[in-house]
Amino acid sequence: MDSMIYKRRQLVNRIGLTLSMSAMGLGLFVLLWILYVLFSNGIAALDWAMFTQSTPAPGSDGGGLANAIVGSLLMVGVTALVSTPIGILAGVYLAEYGDQSKTASLTRFVTDIMLSAPSIVLGLFVYAVLVAQVRHFSGWAGSVALSLIAIPVVVRTTENMLRLVPGSLREAAFALGAPRWKVATFVTLRAAQSGVMTGLLLALARISGETAPLLFTALNNQFFSTDMNAPMANLPVVIFQFAMSPYDNWIRLAWGGALLITLTVLILNVVARVFFRDNTQR
Amino acid sequence: MTAADTPTRNAIEIRNLDFYYGTFKGLKNINLDIAEGKVTAFIGPSGCGKSTLLRTLNRMYSLYPGQRAEGQINLHGQNILDAKQDLNLLRARVGMVFQKPTPFPMSIYDNIAFGVKLYENLSRSEMDERVEWALTKAAIWTEVKDKLGQSGLSLSGGQQQRLCIARTVAVKPSVILLDEPTSALDPISTAKVEELVHELKNDYTVAIVTHNMQQAARVSDYTAYMYLGELIEFGKTDQIFMKPTRQETEDYITGRFG
Repeated sequence: MDSMIYKRRQLVNRIGLTLSMSAMGLGLFVLLWILYVLFSNGIAALDWAMFTQSTPAPGSDGGGLANAIVGSLLMVGVTALVSTPIGILAGVYLAEYGDQSKTASLTRFVTDIMLSAPSIVLGLFVYAVLVAQVRHFSGWAGSVALSLIAIPVVVRTTENMLRLVPGSLREAAFALGAPRWKVATFVTLRAAQSGVMTGLLLALARISGETAPLLFTALNNQFFSTDMNAPMANLPVVIFQFAMSPYDNWIRLAWGGALLITLTVLILNVVARVFFRDNTQR
Repeated sequence: MTAADTPTRNAIEIRNLDFYYGTFKGLKNINLDIAEGKVTAFIGPSGCGKSTLLRTLNRMYSLYPGQRAEGQINLHGQNILDAKQDLNLLRARVGMVFQKPTPFPMSIYDNIAFGVKLYENLSRSEMDERVEWALTKAAIWTEVKDKLGQSGLSLSGGQQQRLCIARTVAVKPSVILLDEPTSALDPISTAKVEELVHELKNDYTVAIVTHNMQQAARVSDYTAYMYLGELIEFGKTDQIFMKPTRQETEDYITGRFG
């Protein structure tokens, strides 16, 4: 045995390990730092009033984020209802039907562009084609903008997850005489369901923090409102406006909102990874 | 090259079959009869086209653009290579079991019921009966009867493979294709599957591809030896293994080649 080669490999191994460990350490450190700052500033705002009272007028005391929380939930909820069927159906088309066809490659190309399009551009687009036409901001417009961000994510994760399903499983279903749509819905989609659900949750987690597309579409609303046809309060825009304001209670609420969103996204991510992990194993 | 004396009818007659992967010719002018109610084995070194041939019999290759077959394959007198052939109906009549066990991500019961529901409308009790019948046929009923609601993925590899055989049997096909069904299994599971093949030929025509010559000798009535996309020799299994007429076959069987 050549001991020089062995020593060299040991050294390379140690260098590689050190580099990757420090990269991981750096990433974790930044994440924990963010969480620390959010918690130390936001925990004070996390009280019952934050969930029951609406955003305060300039100069008035107290207040909460009830209108923004409800607005965000409504808009994200509508987005989920719109983008889930469209995204999953399109993903199934790409993976099970289209494959190498021209329509499929075109769809894939457009989805990739939409995936990388800056969210503010999508917001402006919805402003131009929807808000400017009806001449008022609305929760619907906000949901449309958010859907434009969520759909491509769902399409691509659904397609990728379906492609991970072994071809042998697909063949086995075809071998029983199953038509393509049954193979797709009962076998491959079911085999990929945990991955598809994870993709959905991650898409929702991503849009629940999007600010730019809502600035031009849902805008904001100082009052409690569940009217999707009117301007609608939402957490990201409230945080954006309140954080830069001169009022102490506004800044406090902004931190509270930021912490709330972060916790929600964190929980969605953890749920996506832990809850749906079981089925993918074995 | 047909079997010299064929007492039974032929389930499948293959005539002048050529097969192409794109421009590569995978099968060259195959002529072969598969006897009804018998087990026909395909042996040969890797890449000789035995799996390819099997996959033409249920037109599995049609899933992939670029693969095509020319010639005739008559299943009970009807050419299945005809463009008008309904592939789903064909595959319901010609079942297939694959090399690796492929249980669907659903319960054991639903694994069986899935295929049956495609072409039959059974009541709940009829379906229960059919599931029990198929699982019994595949010699796995006693092992799973108390856990029909569990996922098919929770079974061991050998059990999964027998579940897949049960699933294929359940739709009552006339021909069953087995593509190296035991190559991913341990010896005990292999023995069980081989026993099963013996049982199956009472009701079905069976075509089996195998790497394992002893297996072919044990389970089959007829054996086809293939090499480089050609059918070298075909005949009764005893004759192929005892006194092959072609030198190539003898070389392969005695282990001097392959």
